[in-house]
Amino acid sequence: MPYTANKPEPATREELRARIPGWGVDLDPADRPSVPRERFDLNGTGAHWDFPDRQPEGDQPRERSIEHGMLPPVFGTAAPLHGVSGAIRRFAYDRFSEGRAAHWLLLIAGDRVDAWGAHLRSLATLRPDNPITQTGVVSELRHGLTARVGRKRADVNHQWIDPILVAGPWVLVGLGALAGVRALLRGKR
Amino acid sequence: MRAMVYRGPYKVRVEEKPKPRIEHPNDAIIRVQLGAICGSDLHLYHGMMPDTRVGTTFGHEFIGVVDEVGPSVQSLKVGDRVMVPANIYCGSCFYCTRGLYSNCHNVNPNATAVGALYGYSHTTGGYDGGQAEFVRVPFADVGPTIIPEWMDDEDAVMLTDALSTGYFGAQLGDITEGDTVVVFGAGPVGLYAAKSAWFMGAGRVIVIDHLDYRLEKARTFAHAETYNFTEYDDIVVHLKRITDWFGADVAIDAVGAEADGNFLQHVTAAKLKLQGGSPIALNWAIDSVRKGATVSVMGAYGPIFSAVKFGDAMNKGLTLRMNQAPMKRQWPRLFEHIQAGHLKPSDIVTHRIPLEHIAEGYHIFSSKLDDCIKPLVVVGEH
Repeated sequence: MPYTANKPEPATREELRARIPGWGVDLDPADRPSVPRERFDLNGTGAHWDFPDRQPEGDQPRERSIEHGMLPPVFGTAAPLHGVSGAIRRFAYDRFSEGRAAHWLLLIAGDRVDAWGAHLRSLATLRPDNPITQTGVVSELRHGLTARVGRKRADVNHQWIDPILVAGPWVLVGLGALAGVRALLRGKR
Repeated sequence: MRAMVYRGPYKVRVEEKPKPRIEHPNDAIIRVQLGAICGSDLHLYHGMMPDTRVGTTFGHEFIGVVDEVGPSVQSLKVGDRVMVPANIYCGSCFYCTRGLYSNCHNVNPNATAVGALYGYSHTTGGYDGGQAEFVRVPFADVGPTIIPEWMDDEDAVMLTDALSTGYFGAQLGDITEGDTVVVFGAGPVGLYAAKSAWFMGAGRVIVIDHLDYRLEKARTFAHAETYNFTEYDDIVVHLKRITDWFGADVAIDAVGAEADGNFLQHVTAAKLKLQGGSPIALNWAIDSVRKGATVSVMGAYGPIFSAVKFGDAMNKGLTLRMNQAPMKRQWPRLFEHIQAGHLKPSDIVTHRIPLEHIAEGYHIFSSKLDDCIKPLVVVGEH
Protein backbone atom coordinates (compact mmCIF):
# COMPACT_ATOMS: atom_id res chain seq x y z
CA MET A 1 0.00 0.00 0.00
CA PRO A 2 1.20 3.54 -0.69
CA TYR A 3 1.33 4.28 3.01
CA THR A 4 4.74 2.59 3.04
CA ALA A 5 7.65 2.76 0.60
CA ASN A 6 7.27 -0.37 -1.48
CA LYS A 7 4.89 -1.53 -4.18
CA PRO A 8 3.71 -5.13 -4.63
CA GLU A 9 6.19 -7.21 -6.64
CA PRO A 10 5.06 -7.77 -10.24
CA ALA A 11 5.29 -11.13 -11.94
CA THR A 12 8.80 -12.15 -12.96
CA ARG A 13 10.19 -11.78 -16.49
CA GLU A 14 10.20 -15.53 -16.90
CA GLU A 15 6.56 -15.85 -15.93
CA LEU A 16 5.52 -13.04 -18.25
CA ARG A 17 7.57 -14.30 -21.21
CA ALA A 18 6.02 -17.73 -20.78
CA ARG A 19 2.50 -16.35 -20.77
CA ILE A 20 2.58 -13.36 -23.15
CA PRO A 21 3.80 -13.62 -26.78
CA GLY A 22 6.30 -10.85 -27.39
CA TRP A 23 6.54 -9.71 -23.79
CA GLY A 24 9.37 -7.20 -23.43
CA VAL A 25 10.38 -6.97 -27.10
CA ASP A 26 10.18 -3.17 -26.79
CA LEU A 27 11.46 -3.08 -23.23
CA ASP A 28 14.13 -0.44 -23.83
CA PRO A 29 12.34 2.94 -23.96
CA ALA A 30 15.13 4.40 -26.09
CA ASP A 31 14.47 1.76 -28.74
CA ARG A 32 10.81 2.57 -29.34
CA PRO A 33 9.85 4.14 -32.69
CA SER A 34 8.21 7.21 -31.20
CA VAL A 35 10.79 7.84 -28.47
CA PRO A 36 11.73 10.62 -28.29
CA ARG A 37 8.64 12.02 -29.88
CA GLU A 38 10.54 14.61 -31.93
CA ARG A 39 13.38 13.03 -33.93
CA PHE A 40 15.36 14.08 -36.99
CA ASP A 41 16.96 10.67 -37.58
CA LEU A 42 14.09 8.90 -39.28
CA ASN A 43 15.87 8.19 -42.58
CA GLY A 44 13.95 10.81 -44.49
CA THR A 45 10.30 11.01 -45.30
CA GLY A 46 10.39 10.58 -49.07
CA ALA A 47 9.91 14.30 -49.66
CA HIS A 48 12.12 15.60 -52.47
CA TRP A 49 11.25 19.27 -52.02
CA ASP A 50 11.94 21.95 -49.42
CA PHE A 51 8.48 23.33 -49.90
CA PRO A 52 5.83 21.47 -51.90
CA ASP A 53 4.46 22.69 -55.21
CA ARG A 54 1.28 24.63 -54.78
CA GLN A 55 -2.02 23.01 -55.70
CA PRO A 56 -4.16 25.34 -57.88
CA GLU A 57 -6.76 27.09 -55.74
CA GLY A 58 -9.73 26.63 -58.06
CA ASP A 59 -12.66 28.87 -58.88
CA GLN A 60 -13.25 30.36 -55.44
CA PRO A 61 -10.83 31.31 -52.66
CA ARG A 62 -10.18 28.31 -50.44
CA GLU A 63 -11.48 28.97 -46.93
CA ARG A 64 -8.82 28.80 -44.26
CA SER A 65 -8.26 29.31 -40.58
CA ILE A 66 -7.15 32.85 -39.72
CA GLU A 67 -4.46 31.19 -37.58
CA HIS A 68 -2.67 30.22 -40.80
CA GLY A 69 -0.10 32.68 -42.11
CA MET A 70 -0.87 31.63 -45.68
CA LEU A 71 -2.86 29.07 -47.59
CA PRO A 72 -1.09 25.73 -47.17
CA PRO A 73 0.10 24.32 -50.48
CA VAL A 74 -2.12 21.24 -50.51
CA PHE A 75 -5.73 20.88 -49.44
CA GLY A 76 -8.83 18.81 -49.90
CA THR A 77 -11.52 19.59 -52.44
CA ALA A 78 -14.19 17.11 -51.32
CA ALA A 79 -17.06 19.58 -50.96
CA PRO A 80 -16.47 23.24 -51.79
CA LEU A 81 -18.54 25.82 -49.94
CA HIS A 82 -21.94 26.56 -51.44
CA GLY A 83 -25.27 28.15 -50.57
CA VAL A 84 -26.41 29.28 -47.14
CA SER A 85 -24.34 26.66 -45.31
CA GLY A 86 -21.31 27.82 -47.27
CA ALA A 87 -21.91 31.42 -46.22
CA ILE A 88 -22.17 30.41 -42.56
CA ARG A 89 -19.00 28.36 -42.78
CA ARG A 90 -17.05 31.07 -44.59
CA PHE A 91 -18.10 33.59 -41.94
CA ALA A 92 -16.87 31.17 -39.24
CA TYR A 93 -13.50 30.84 -40.97
CA ASP A 94 -13.08 34.52 -41.85
CA ARG A 95 -14.17 35.98 -38.54
CA PHE A 96 -13.24 33.62 -35.69
CA SER A 97 -10.04 31.80 -34.80
CA GLU A 98 -9.96 28.15 -33.76
CA GLY A 99 -9.67 29.35 -30.19
CA ARG A 100 -13.19 30.80 -30.24
CA ALA A 101 -16.23 28.66 -29.49
CA ALA A 102 -18.16 30.76 -32.02
CA HIS A 103 -15.96 29.35 -34.79
CA TRP A 104 -16.92 25.78 -34.04
CA LEU A 105 -20.53 26.41 -33.13
CA LEU A 106 -21.06 28.26 -36.40
CA LEU A 107 -19.49 25.36 -38.29
CA ILE A 108 -21.85 22.93 -36.58
CA ALA A 109 -24.77 25.24 -37.44
CA GLY A 110 -23.53 25.21 -41.04
CA ASP A 111 -23.49 21.42 -40.93
CA ARG A 112 -27.14 21.26 -39.91
CA VAL A 113 -28.20 23.80 -42.55
CA ASP A 114 -26.22 21.80 -45.11
CA ALA A 115 -27.93 18.54 -44.11
CA TRP A 116 -31.40 20.04 -44.17
CA GLY A 117 -30.79 21.70 -47.50
CA ALA A 118 -29.55 18.42 -48.93
CA HIS A 119 -32.58 16.54 -47.61
CA LEU A 120 -34.97 19.06 -49.14
CA ARG A 121 -33.14 19.14 -52.45
CA SER A 122 -33.16 15.35 -52.58
CA LEU A 123 -36.97 15.40 -52.55
CA ALA A 124 -36.84 16.97 -55.99
CA THR A 125 -34.63 14.19 -57.39
CA LEU A 126 -35.22 10.62 -58.51
CA ARG A 127 -33.39 9.42 -55.42
CA PRO A 128 -34.78 11.21 -52.36
CA ASP A 129 -33.17 10.61 -48.99
CA ASN A 130 -34.47 7.43 -47.42
CA PRO A 131 -34.15 7.44 -43.63
CA ILE A 132 -34.71 3.68 -43.46
CA THR A 133 -31.91 2.58 -45.78
CA GLN A 134 -29.53 5.44 -44.99
CA THR A 135 -29.59 4.89 -41.24
CA GLY A 136 -29.02 1.14 -41.66
CA VAL A 137 -31.69 0.65 -39.06
CA VAL A 138 -32.95 -2.55 -40.72
CA SER A 139 -30.02 -4.32 -39.08
CA GLU A 140 -31.93 -3.85 -35.82
CA LEU A 141 -34.39 -6.51 -37.01
CA ARG A 142 -31.66 -9.15 -37.05
CA HIS A 143 -29.50 -8.07 -34.15
CA GLY A 144 -31.24 -5.41 -32.06
CA LEU A 145 -32.72 -7.56 -29.33
CA THR A 146 -29.92 -10.07 -28.95
CA ALA A 147 -27.38 -7.26 -28.71
CA ARG A 148 -29.19 -5.60 -25.83
CA VAL A 149 -31.39 -7.96 -23.85
CA GLY A 150 -29.61 -9.55 -20.91
CA ARG A 151 -26.41 -7.64 -21.53
CA LYS A 152 -24.86 -5.18 -19.14
CA ARG A 153 -24.56 -2.31 -21.58
CA ALA A 154 -24.14 1.26 -20.38
CA ASP A 155 -25.30 2.78 -23.66
CA VAL A 156 -28.86 1.45 -23.63
CA ASN A 157 -29.93 4.29 -21.36
CA HIS A 158 -29.43 6.88 -24.08
CA GLN A 159 -29.95 4.99 -27.34
CA TRP A 160 -33.63 5.93 -27.28
CA ILE A 161 -32.55 9.49 -28.04
CA ASP A 162 -31.10 8.58 -31.44
CA PRO A 163 -34.41 8.00 -33.27
CA ILE A 164 -35.68 11.30 -31.88
CA LEU A 165 -32.60 13.11 -33.17
CA VAL A 166 -32.97 11.52 -36.60
CA ALA A 167 -36.72 11.49 -37.08
CA GLY A 168 -37.81 14.26 -34.71
CA PRO A 169 -37.13 17.21 -37.02
CA TRP A 170 -38.95 15.46 -39.88
CA VAL A 171 -41.98 14.85 -37.67
CA LEU A 172 -41.96 18.48 -36.51
CA VAL A 173 -41.72 19.79 -40.06
CA GLY A 174 -44.50 17.43 -41.15
CA LEU A 175 -46.75 18.57 -38.33
CA GLY A 176 -45.94 22.18 -39.13
CA ALA A 177 -46.78 21.66 -42.80
CA LEU A 178 -50.03 19.94 -41.87
CA ALA A 179 -50.95 22.79 -39.54
CA GLY A 180 -50.16 25.27 -42.29
CA VAL A 181 -52.37 23.47 -44.80
CA ARG A 182 -55.22 23.28 -42.31
CA ALA A 183 -54.88 26.97 -41.55
CA LEU A 184 -55.00 27.77 -45.26
CA LEU A 185 -58.10 25.65 -45.74
CA ARG A 186 -59.80 27.30 -42.78
CA GLY A 187 -58.95 30.71 -44.24
CA LYS A 188 -60.59 29.82 -47.56
CA ARG A 189 -63.79 28.80 -45.82
CA MET B 1 -17.30 5.56 -59.22
CA ARG B 2 -19.23 4.12 -56.28
CA ALA B 3 -18.60 5.82 -52.96
CA MET B 4 -20.06 6.11 -49.51
CA VAL B 5 -21.37 9.62 -48.96
CA TYR B 6 -22.50 11.41 -45.81
CA ARG B 7 -26.07 12.69 -45.94
CA GLY B 8 -26.36 14.18 -42.45
CA PRO B 9 -26.13 12.84 -38.89
CA TYR B 10 -26.75 9.07 -38.72
CA LYS B 11 -27.30 8.86 -42.48
CA VAL B 12 -24.98 7.59 -45.20
CA ARG B 13 -25.55 6.04 -48.59
CA VAL B 14 -23.61 4.75 -51.57
CA GLU B 15 -23.88 6.76 -54.76
CA GLU B 16 -22.07 7.59 -57.99
CA LYS B 17 -19.40 10.28 -57.64
CA PRO B 18 -16.86 11.57 -60.14
CA LYS B 19 -13.60 9.63 -59.98
CA PRO B 20 -10.94 11.74 -58.21
CA ARG B 21 -8.28 13.36 -60.37
CA ILE B 22 -4.67 14.38 -59.95
CA GLU B 23 -4.77 17.86 -58.37
CA HIS B 24 -1.11 18.21 -57.42
CA PRO B 25 2.05 16.88 -59.10
CA ASN B 26 2.74 14.47 -56.22
CA ASP B 27 -0.78 13.04 -56.05
CA ALA B 28 -1.67 9.44 -56.77
CA ILE B 29 -5.08 7.94 -57.39
CA ILE B 30 -5.55 4.65 -55.56
CA ARG B 31 -8.11 2.02 -56.51
CA VAL B 32 -9.31 0.88 -53.12
CA GLN B 33 -9.49 -2.83 -52.40
CA LEU B 34 -10.15 -2.97 -48.70
CA GLY B 35 -11.09 -0.33 -46.18
CA ALA B 36 -12.46 -0.15 -42.68
CA ILE B 37 -14.77 1.85 -40.49
CA CYS B 38 -12.88 3.37 -37.57
CA GLY B 39 -14.43 4.15 -34.20
CA SER B 40 -13.58 7.78 -34.86
CA ASP B 41 -15.65 7.67 -38.07
CA LEU B 42 -18.61 7.30 -35.74
CA HIS B 43 -18.00 10.82 -34.40
CA LEU B 44 -18.50 12.08 -37.97
CA TYR B 45 -21.46 9.79 -38.50
CA HIS B 46 -23.10 11.15 -35.35
CA GLY B 47 -22.58 14.75 -36.47
CA MET B 48 -20.10 15.61 -33.71
CA MET B 49 -17.23 16.87 -35.86
CA PRO B 50 -17.63 20.49 -37.00
CA ASP B 51 -17.59 21.12 -40.76
CA THR B 52 -18.62 17.65 -41.84
CA ARG B 53 -20.17 18.39 -45.21
CA VAL B 54 -22.91 16.49 -46.98
CA GLY B 55 -21.50 14.61 -49.95
CA THR B 56 -18.10 13.84 -48.44
CA THR B 57 -16.75 10.30 -48.31
CA PHE B 58 -15.38 8.97 -45.04
CA GLY B 59 -12.62 6.45 -44.50
CA HIS B 60 -9.03 6.88 -43.36
CA GLU B 61 -8.17 3.17 -43.19
CA PHE B 62 -7.65 1.61 -46.62
CA ILE B 63 -5.32 -0.26 -48.93
CA GLY B 64 -5.40 -0.55 -52.69
CA VAL B 65 -3.65 -0.46 -56.04
CA VAL B 66 -2.04 2.57 -57.65
CA ASP B 67 -4.24 3.59 -60.57
CA GLU B 68 -2.61 6.86 -61.63
CA VAL B 69 0.33 9.00 -60.50
CA GLY B 70 1.16 12.68 -60.82
CA PRO B 71 4.21 13.89 -62.79
CA SER B 72 6.52 14.32 -59.77
CA VAL B 73 5.86 10.91 -58.18
CA GLN B 74 9.08 8.87 -58.03
CA SER B 75 8.48 5.99 -55.62
CA LEU B 76 5.23 4.47 -56.91
CA LYS B 77 4.04 3.21 -60.25
CA VAL B 78 0.70 2.12 -61.61
CA GLY B 79 -0.17 -1.34 -60.35
CA ASP B 80 1.71 -1.16 -57.04
CA ARG B 81 -0.26 -2.49 -54.06
CA VAL B 82 -0.03 0.05 -51.29
CA MET B 83 -1.13 0.68 -47.72
CA VAL B 84 -1.89 4.32 -47.02
CA PRO B 85 -1.41 5.84 -43.57
CA ALA B 86 -4.42 7.69 -42.21
CA ASN B 87 -2.38 10.89 -41.91
CA ILE B 88 -1.88 13.09 -44.96
CA TYR B 89 1.49 14.83 -44.61
CA CYS B 90 4.05 16.66 -46.72
CA GLY B 91 7.26 15.24 -45.26
CA SER B 92 9.05 18.60 -45.37
CA CYS B 93 7.49 21.06 -42.91
CA PHE B 94 8.80 21.86 -39.41
CA TYR B 95 6.67 19.11 -37.88
CA CYS B 96 7.15 16.37 -40.47
CA THR B 97 10.93 16.72 -40.37
CA ARG B 98 10.74 15.99 -36.65
CA GLY B 99 8.62 12.89 -37.12
CA LEU B 100 5.35 14.55 -36.13
CA TYR B 101 3.57 13.45 -39.30
CA SER B 102 0.14 13.79 -37.78
CA ASN B 103 0.83 17.48 -37.11
CA CYS B 104 1.82 18.45 -40.67
CA HIS B 105 1.34 22.18 -41.32
CA ASN B 106 1.15 22.05 -45.12
CA VAL B 107 -2.00 20.04 -45.73
CA ASN B 108 -4.88 21.53 -43.76
CA PRO B 109 -6.07 25.08 -44.47
CA ASN B 110 -9.11 24.66 -42.25
CA ALA B 111 -7.31 24.31 -38.94
CA THR B 112 -3.86 24.68 -37.44
CA ALA B 113 -4.67 22.60 -34.37
CA VAL B 114 -4.97 19.35 -36.29
CA GLY B 115 -3.18 17.85 -39.28
CA ALA B 116 -4.97 16.21 -42.17
CA LEU B 117 -6.72 12.88 -42.46
CA TYR B 118 -8.53 11.14 -45.27
CA GLY B 119 -12.30 11.44 -45.10
CA TYR B 120 -12.47 13.15 -41.77
CA SER B 121 -14.39 16.41 -42.36
CA HIS B 122 -13.11 19.74 -43.58
CA THR B 123 -11.78 20.42 -40.10
CA THR B 124 -9.00 17.98 -41.03
CA GLY B 125 -8.48 19.38 -44.50
CA GLY B 126 -11.50 18.46 -46.61
CA TYR B 127 -10.12 15.33 -48.26
CA ASP B 128 -12.38 12.52 -49.41
CA GLY B 129 -11.70 9.13 -47.83
CA GLY B 130 -11.25 5.55 -48.86
CA GLN B 131 -14.73 4.11 -48.43
CA ALA B 132 -15.00 4.36 -52.20
CA GLU B 133 -13.68 2.72 -55.33
CA PHE B 134 -11.01 5.40 -55.81
CA VAL B 135 -9.32 7.96 -53.61
CA ARG B 136 -6.92 10.84 -54.18
CA VAL B 137 -3.72 10.34 -52.16
CA PRO B 138 -1.60 13.51 -51.82
CA PHE B 139 2.18 13.26 -51.37
CA ALA B 140 2.40 9.82 -52.88
CA ASP B 141 6.17 9.76 -52.32
CA VAL B 142 5.69 10.32 -48.59
CA GLY B 143 2.69 8.44 -47.21
CA PRO B 144 1.89 5.22 -49.08
CA THR B 145 4.08 2.15 -48.69
CA ILE B 146 4.15 -0.93 -50.89
CA ILE B 147 2.58 -3.83 -49.02
CA PRO B 148 5.17 -6.53 -48.34
CA GLU B 149 4.53 -9.81 -50.14
CA TRP B 150 4.20 -11.71 -46.89
CA MET B 151 1.58 -9.44 -45.37
CA ASP B 152 -2.14 -10.24 -45.39
CA ASP B 153 -4.42 -7.52 -46.72
CA GLU B 154 -6.46 -7.46 -43.52
CA ASP B 155 -3.32 -7.01 -41.44
CA ALA B 156 -2.18 -4.22 -43.75
CA VAL B 157 -5.42 -2.29 -43.41
CA MET B 158 -5.23 -2.54 -39.62
CA LEU B 159 -1.79 -0.93 -39.75
CA THR B 160 -3.11 2.16 -41.54
CA ASP B 161 -4.56 3.43 -38.27
CA ALA B 162 -5.92 1.23 -35.47
CA LEU B 163 -2.86 -0.89 -34.75
CA SER B 164 -0.42 1.97 -35.21
CA THR B 165 -2.51 4.17 -32.94
CA GLY B 166 -2.75 1.56 -30.20
CA TYR B 167 0.99 0.90 -30.37
CA PHE B 168 1.73 4.63 -30.32
CA GLY B 169 -0.61 5.07 -27.36
CA ALA B 170 1.31 2.50 -25.35
CA GLN B 171 4.54 4.34 -26.17
CA LEU B 172 3.11 7.63 -24.95
CA GLY B 173 2.43 5.87 -21.66
CA ASP B 174 6.20 5.69 -21.07
CA ILE B 175 5.75 2.16 -19.73
CA THR B 176 8.62 0.74 -17.72
CA GLU B 177 9.16 -2.85 -16.68
CA GLY B 178 6.61 -4.13 -14.21
CA ASP B 179 4.17 -1.23 -14.61
CA THR B 180 0.48 -1.76 -14.13
CA VAL B 181 -1.30 -0.40 -17.20
CA VAL B 182 -5.03 0.21 -17.35
CA VAL B 183 -6.65 0.65 -20.76
CA PHE B 184 -10.07 2.24 -20.97
CA GLY B 185 -11.95 0.87 -23.97
CA ALA B 186 -11.80 -2.58 -25.54
CA GLY B 187 -12.37 -1.41 -29.08
CA PRO B 188 -9.69 -1.93 -31.72
CA VAL B 189 -7.32 0.78 -30.46
CA GLY B 190 -7.72 -0.34 -26.85
CA LEU B 191 -7.09 -3.97 -27.73
CA TYR B 192 -3.94 -3.07 -29.64
CA ALA B 193 -2.77 -0.71 -26.89
CA ALA B 194 -3.24 -3.45 -24.30
CA LYS B 195 -1.33 -5.92 -26.44
CA SER B 196 1.44 -3.37 -27.03
CA ALA B 197 1.76 -2.58 -23.33
CA TRP B 198 3.12 -6.10 -22.82
CA PHE B 199 5.74 -5.52 -25.53
CA MET B 200 7.00 -2.58 -23.46
CA GLY B 201 7.34 -4.64 -20.32
CA ALA B 202 4.09 -4.11 -18.46
CA GLY B 203 3.71 -6.36 -15.43
CA ARG B 204 -0.05 -6.22 -15.45
CA VAL B 205 -2.54 -5.04 -18.09
CA ILE B 206 -6.13 -4.24 -17.16
CA VAL B 207 -8.87 -3.42 -19.67
CA ILE B 208 -12.13 -1.66 -18.77
CA ASP B 209 -15.28 -1.61 -20.92
CA HIS B 210 -19.01 -2.25 -20.64
CA LEU B 211 -19.35 -4.73 -23.49
CA ASP B 212 -18.66 -8.28 -22.34
CA TYR B 213 -17.92 -9.59 -25.82
CA ARG B 214 -15.16 -7.02 -26.23
CA LEU B 215 -13.76 -7.79 -22.80
CA GLU B 216 -13.65 -11.44 -23.83
CA LYS B 217 -11.53 -10.38 -26.82
CA ALA B 218 -9.31 -8.37 -24.48
CA ARG B 219 -8.67 -11.54 -22.50
CA THR B 220 -7.98 -13.79 -25.48
CA PHE B 221 -6.24 -11.37 -27.85
CA ALA B 222 -4.48 -9.07 -25.39
CA HIS B 223 -4.08 -11.44 -22.41
CA ALA B 224 -5.57 -8.74 -20.23
CA GLU B 225 -7.34 -8.78 -16.92
CA THR B 226 -10.78 -7.28 -17.57
CA TYR B 227 -13.56 -5.54 -15.69
CA ASN B 228 -17.01 -4.49 -16.84
CA PHE B 229 -17.56 -1.09 -15.26
CA THR B 230 -21.33 -1.59 -15.10
CA GLU B 231 -20.75 -4.27 -12.46
CA TYR B 232 -19.11 -1.87 -10.02
CA ASP B 233 -20.59 1.01 -8.14
CA ASP B 234 -17.46 3.07 -8.82
CA ILE B 235 -14.83 1.74 -11.22
CA VAL B 236 -12.22 4.18 -9.89
CA VAL B 237 -12.50 2.74 -6.39
CA HIS B 238 -12.41 -0.77 -7.80
CA LEU B 239 -9.19 -0.02 -9.67
CA LYS B 240 -7.65 1.36 -6.50
CA ARG B 241 -8.75 -1.73 -4.58
CA ILE B 242 -7.21 -4.20 -7.03
CA THR B 243 -3.91 -2.29 -7.17
CA ASP B 244 -3.29 -2.32 -3.43
CA TRP B 245 -4.78 1.20 -3.27
CA PHE B 246 -2.09 2.70 -5.50
CA GLY B 247 -3.89 2.96 -8.83
CA ALA B 248 -2.25 2.07 -12.11
CA ASP B 249 1.13 3.44 -13.15
CA VAL B 250 -0.11 4.18 -16.65
CA ALA B 251 -3.58 4.73 -18.08
CA ILE B 252 -4.55 4.80 -21.74
CA ASP B 253 -7.78 6.44 -22.86
CA ALA B 254 -8.82 4.47 -25.93
CA VAL B 255 -12.43 5.63 -25.91
CA GLY B 256 -12.63 9.33 -26.64
CA ALA B 257 -15.55 11.55 -27.47
CA GLU B 258 -18.48 9.18 -27.06
CA ALA B 259 -17.60 7.49 -23.81
CA ASP B 260 -20.36 5.89 -21.78
CA GLY B 261 -20.70 5.55 -18.05
CA ASN B 262 -22.21 8.92 -17.16
CA PHE B 263 -25.54 9.83 -18.73
CA LEU B 264 -25.12 13.60 -18.41
CA GLN B 265 -21.62 13.68 -19.85
CA HIS B 266 -22.56 11.42 -22.73
CA VAL B 267 -25.75 13.24 -23.67
CA THR B 268 -24.27 16.75 -23.43
CA ALA B 269 -21.41 15.69 -25.69
CA ALA B 270 -22.63 13.04 -28.11
CA LYS B 271 -26.27 14.08 -28.45
CA LEU B 272 -26.42 17.80 -27.71
CA LYS B 273 -22.89 18.66 -28.97
CA LEU B 274 -22.31 21.00 -26.01
CA GLN B 275 -18.89 19.48 -25.36
CA GLY B 276 -16.12 18.45 -27.74
CA GLY B 277 -16.40 15.00 -26.27
CA SER B 278 -17.65 13.06 -23.30
CA PRO B 279 -14.50 12.74 -21.18
CA ILE B 280 -15.73 9.94 -18.92
CA ALA B 281 -12.91 7.55 -19.74
CA LEU B 282 -10.35 10.33 -19.50
CA ASN B 283 -11.64 11.41 -16.10
CA TRP B 284 -11.64 7.81 -14.90
CA ALA B 285 -8.06 7.54 -16.15
CA ILE B 286 -7.03 10.69 -14.26
CA ASP B 287 -8.72 9.56 -11.07
CA SER B 288 -7.73 5.91 -11.14
CA VAL B 289 -3.98 6.18 -11.68
CA ARG B 290 -1.47 6.67 -8.91
CA LYS B 291 0.09 10.02 -8.19
CA GLY B 292 2.89 10.84 -10.63
CA ALA B 293 1.46 8.49 -13.24
CA THR B 294 1.19 9.00 -16.99
CA VAL B 295 -2.09 9.20 -18.88
CA SER B 296 -1.92 8.58 -22.62
CA VAL B 297 -4.88 9.90 -24.59
CA MET B 298 -5.59 8.07 -27.83
CA GLY B 299 -9.34 8.69 -27.84
CA ALA B 300 -10.41 11.34 -30.33
CA TYR B 301 -12.14 14.47 -29.05
CA GLY B 302 -13.73 17.34 -30.92
CA PRO B 303 -12.24 20.83 -30.97
CA ILE B 304 -14.51 22.55 -28.45
CA PHE B 305 -14.10 22.31 -24.69
CA SER B 306 -14.74 19.16 -22.68
CA ALA B 307 -15.31 18.87 -18.93
CA VAL B 308 -11.97 17.30 -18.05
CA LYS B 309 -10.83 17.05 -14.41
CA PHE B 310 -7.61 19.00 -14.74
CA GLY B 311 -7.58 19.86 -11.04
CA ASP B 312 -7.12 16.22 -10.11
CA ALA B 313 -4.51 15.81 -12.83
CA MET B 314 -2.55 18.77 -11.51
CA ASN B 315 -2.79 17.83 -7.87
CA LYS B 316 -1.70 14.26 -8.59
CA GLY B 317 1.28 15.41 -10.60
CA LEU B 318 0.19 13.47 -13.67
CA THR B 319 1.85 13.57 -17.04
CA LEU B 320 -0.77 13.80 -19.79
CA ARG B 321 0.51 12.75 -23.20
CA MET B 322 -1.47 12.71 -26.41
CA ASN B 323 -1.40 13.16 -30.15
CA GLN B 324 -2.85 11.72 -33.29
CA ALA B 325 -0.53 8.86 -34.11
CA PRO B 326 2.09 9.30 -36.85
CA MET B 327 1.18 5.96 -38.42
CA LYS B 328 4.03 5.30 -40.80
CA ARG B 329 6.63 5.90 -38.09
CA GLN B 330 5.35 2.80 -36.31
CA TRP B 331 5.36 0.53 -39.35
CA PRO B 332 8.92 -0.83 -39.53
CA ARG B 333 8.77 -2.09 -35.94
CA LEU B 334 5.22 -3.37 -36.26
CA PHE B 335 6.17 -5.23 -39.43
CA GLU B 336 8.86 -6.97 -37.35
CA HIS B 337 6.39 -7.84 -34.60
CA ILE B 338 3.88 -9.29 -37.05
CA GLN B 339 6.56 -11.33 -38.83
CA ALA B 340 7.86 -12.60 -35.49
CA GLY B 341 4.36 -13.78 -34.60
CA HIS B 342 3.95 -11.50 -31.61
CA LEU B 343 0.53 -10.45 -32.86
CA LYS B 344 -1.92 -11.05 -35.69
CA PRO B 345 -3.70 -7.73 -36.28
CA SER B 346 -6.67 -9.17 -38.16
CA ASP B 347 -7.62 -11.32 -35.17
CA ILE B 348 -9.93 -8.54 -34.01
CA VAL B 349 -11.84 -8.21 -37.32
CA THR B 350 -15.45 -9.29 -36.87
CA HIS B 351 -17.27 -8.01 -39.96
CA ARG B 352 -16.52 -7.75 -43.66
CA ILE B 353 -19.12 -5.47 -45.20
CA PRO B 354 -19.52 -4.85 -48.94
CA LEU B 355 -19.35 -1.15 -49.81
CA GLU B 356 -22.93 -1.28 -51.09
CA HIS B 357 -24.14 -2.24 -47.61
CA ILE B 358 -22.12 0.32 -45.72
CA ALA B 359 -25.13 2.05 -44.17
CA GLU B 360 -25.92 -1.12 -42.26
CA GLY B 361 -22.25 -1.45 -41.39
CA TYR B 362 -22.27 1.97 -39.78
CA HIS B 363 -25.37 1.19 -37.78
CA ILE B 364 -24.10 -2.21 -36.64
CA PHE B 365 -20.78 -0.71 -35.53
CA SER B 366 -22.33 2.38 -33.99
CA SER B 367 -24.96 0.46 -32.03
CA LYS B 368 -22.59 -2.40 -31.15
CA LEU B 369 -24.82 -5.03 -32.74
CA ASP B 370 -23.83 -8.59 -33.63
CA ASP B 371 -20.79 -8.44 -31.31
CA CYS B 372 -19.09 -6.03 -33.68
CA ILE B 373 -15.52 -5.02 -32.87
CA LYS B 374 -13.96 -4.11 -36.21
CA PRO B 375 -15.82 -3.87 -39.52
CA LEU B 376 -13.87 -3.93 -42.75
CA VAL B 377 -15.30 -2.47 -45.94
CA VAL B 378 -14.87 -4.68 -48.97
CA VAL B 379 -14.66 -2.67 -52.16
CA GLY B 380 -15.10 -4.06 -55.65
CA GLU B 381 -14.23 -7.70 -56.20
CA HIS B 382 -11.68 -7.98 -53.39
